[in-house]
Amino acid sequence: MAEKSGAEILVQTLLDLGVDTVFGYPGGAVLPIYDALYDHPKIKHILVRHEQAATHAAEGYARATGKPGVVLVTSGPGATNAVTGITDALMDSIPMVVITGQVATNLIGSDAFQEADTVGITRHCTKHNYLVKQPSELAGVLTEAFHIATQGRPGPVVVDIPKNVQVAAAEFSSHNGLKNSRYQPQVDGDFKAINEAAEMIMQAKAPILYTGGGIINSGPKASETLRQLAELLGAPVTSTLMGLGAFPASSDQWLGMLGMHGTYEANMAMNRADLVVCLGARFDDRITGRLDAFSPNSKKIHVDIDRSSVNKTVRVDLPVIGDVGRVMEQLLAVLKGRKFNAPDYEEWWSRIKGWRATDCLAFPESKTEIMPQLAIRKLWEATHERDPIITTEVGQHQMWAAQHFDFEKPNKWLTSGGLGTMGYGLPAAIGAQLGDPDALVIDIAGEASIQMNIQELATASQYRLPVKIFIVNNEYMGMVRQWQELTYESRYSNSYSDSLPDFIKLAESYGWTGILIDEPAELEAGITKMIETDGPVLVDCRVAKLANCFPMIPSGASHTEMLLTPEDVKGTMDDNAKALV
Amino acid sequence: MHIKEEQVERHVLAVLVDNEAGILARIAGMFTARGYNIESLTVADISADHAISRITIATNGPPHVIEQIIAQLDRLVPVHSVRDLTEAGPHVQRELALVKVAGKGENRIEAMRLADVYRARVVDATTESFVFEITGAPDKIQTFVGLMREVGLVEVGRTGVVAIGRGPDSA
Repeated sequence: MAEKSGAEILVQTLLDLGVDTVFGYPGGAVLPIYDALYDHPKIKHILVRHEQAATHAAEGYARATGKPGVVLVTSGPGATNAVTGITDALMDSIPMVVITGQVATNLIGSDAFQEADTVGITRHCTKHNYLVKQPSELAGVLTEAFHIATQGRPGPVVVDIPKNVQVAAAEFSSHNGLKNSRYQPQVDGDFKAINEAAEMIMQAKAPILYTGGGIINSGPKASETLRQLAELLGAPVTSTLMGLGAFPASSDQWLGMLGMHGTYEANMAMNRADLVVCLGARFDDRITGRLDAFSPNSKKIHVDIDRSSVNKTVRVDLPVIGDVGRVMEQLLAVLKGRKFNAPDYEEWWSRIKGWRATDCLAFPESKTEIMPQLAIRKLWEATHERDPIITTEVGQHQMWAAQHFDFEKPNKWLTSGGLGTMGYGLPAAIGAQLGDPDALVIDIAGEASIQMNIQELATASQYRLPVKIFIVNNEYMGMVRQWQELTYESRYSNSYSDSLPDFIKLAESYGWTGILIDEPAELEAGITKMIETDGPVLVDCRVAKLANCFPMIPSGASHTEMLLTPEDVKGTMDDNAKALV
Repeated sequence: MHIKEEQVERHVLAVLVDNEAGILARIAGMFTARGYNIESLTVADISADHAISRITIATNGPPHVIEQIIAQLDRLVPVHSVRDLTEAGPHVQRELALVKVAGKGENRIEAMRLADVYRARVVDATTESFVFEITGAPDKIQTFVGLMREVGLVEVGRTGVVAIGRGPDSA
């Protein structure tokens, strides 16, 4: 067998694993790997402008394609800059492999230049991590890293490679796949549990399907299965932020998103249901509101591939451990086998109809200002026929996008849900565009968030990526300001975005087209121009500055205590509510 | 506003793990990261090829937290199995302590007498000190160490608890 350098083994193994795109930034401790990449143009290396952006771009790529995102960064600051994106991928269960350079093994622990304890720092923000001390271990470790990142509940895996291990040689032949991995998550649901679930469904009078990102992670087939299951059941369907697109928003059974900024009908239905079927979601605090008042009268079935999600916050009656797509198939088969003929749930639907009548997503009209909700609706109207991929930053604009942009298909909605990372949207859009070059990719952004990774405008320019950014600009960190209005008597401490750049000139200086939308009358034409302009476009859409995102479940409240309009806002909160989420 | 405390119960867990670098940090760090308690933690490799270690963790928390601790341990890649010995039924818990007592006269005689009652062995002796080795359940050791405090305790080292289920079955 021929000997190869660690760096060469690494690159060859990546090729064997089918990696075609790597997001990265070079530095001293990864020079041998970059040198090896120089000989392998089959791997497209995307040079970002900040390591955090490499991780978000890899996430965007992973979410749009379903394949794991791959990141390559140097030791020390390269690795620490990547930590936010790694944590983001852990929280949102995104498959990602991050290769970090490390100082040579004999220097580890000596406070060497650009040394950081990467495995120590990333131990609790990865699904698993490795420090590789021998080049002979590299192929095996990388193969297992990809297996762990993609199987079971997906997540980020860090492989830390000291520089001398990249240079040293070991025997290598192309890998033959992973044999007998120690990591074998349960995919099929327990047959007895599936039957019990079917039993519970058959007895329900007011069931609801509560779906989450697990369905997207399970693959496009799971979204298909969900549609079949929903059709068979005839029950209402709601989803978490992460699960949007798994079920078509145009369906009569769709209630909209649930939770803190979910719809009134979704939250009321969760509260009044007698059976909640949770499919690949995890009862996050943004979903449940006050725990002791969450869906108090329902039996709960929880399908999740991660056993630790079960009974973590909400106690359920029946856990089913397994891949949600597979479990839904099993459940469908059992229900059909039992000739299940769903009742029409007449009373249940008539109550839902009553809640729908509140028209909770309605927003005040304005002749003088662009209402942000209207901007999102117009963006949807102008683009939805092209099935765009929408990424977002974090804040009000993100929630407005979730409420007012309707999704029909999975893998089209890319947002930082669990960690809530401002600066996610632009690099994620870059990653998504690379994964799906023909797609219309739009980052719906806020003027504060976009500045957290604004340097990535250059990355899009360099690779000729026609990414669009639609900034909903209200000159405030809007969600912070909204909470200050609701919780702290409108004491707007540090939430005003002072000294904003001229986004149009900024865009142009990076080779982008900049479009300003300042008046309600310009909105539709501006959006059209954005879509019709080739190459990357940044839109600075000036919206009503003090608009709030409603409906909203305030901190410490239950699903039945939603604020629907600004008139519902009291302006103060007690300490118990302030201390909650 | 005041922070509320919940009722806790003590559980002993037996965890089989791959014997690899960083495994202890991974386990111990998971406890601190998620705000769980560790009363004691022992670890040693137990397989002929040194590939597997057994970690015994004594922890405490409300029942729903114990359930989460087990699930969170179980999802770590190098963890092969987690057994809640407290939940599983009758089991034996043992701990070893080395207890150094210094003194002369009546205290010295009393220390020796108590050691005899508690079946502690003398593993080192000088004219003015003893080192006792004692094994037993943690509360027995606790009591013995408490008694030694009154007769000249100068140093104590404890291994932390190891435990194993009674009967023929393996964890």
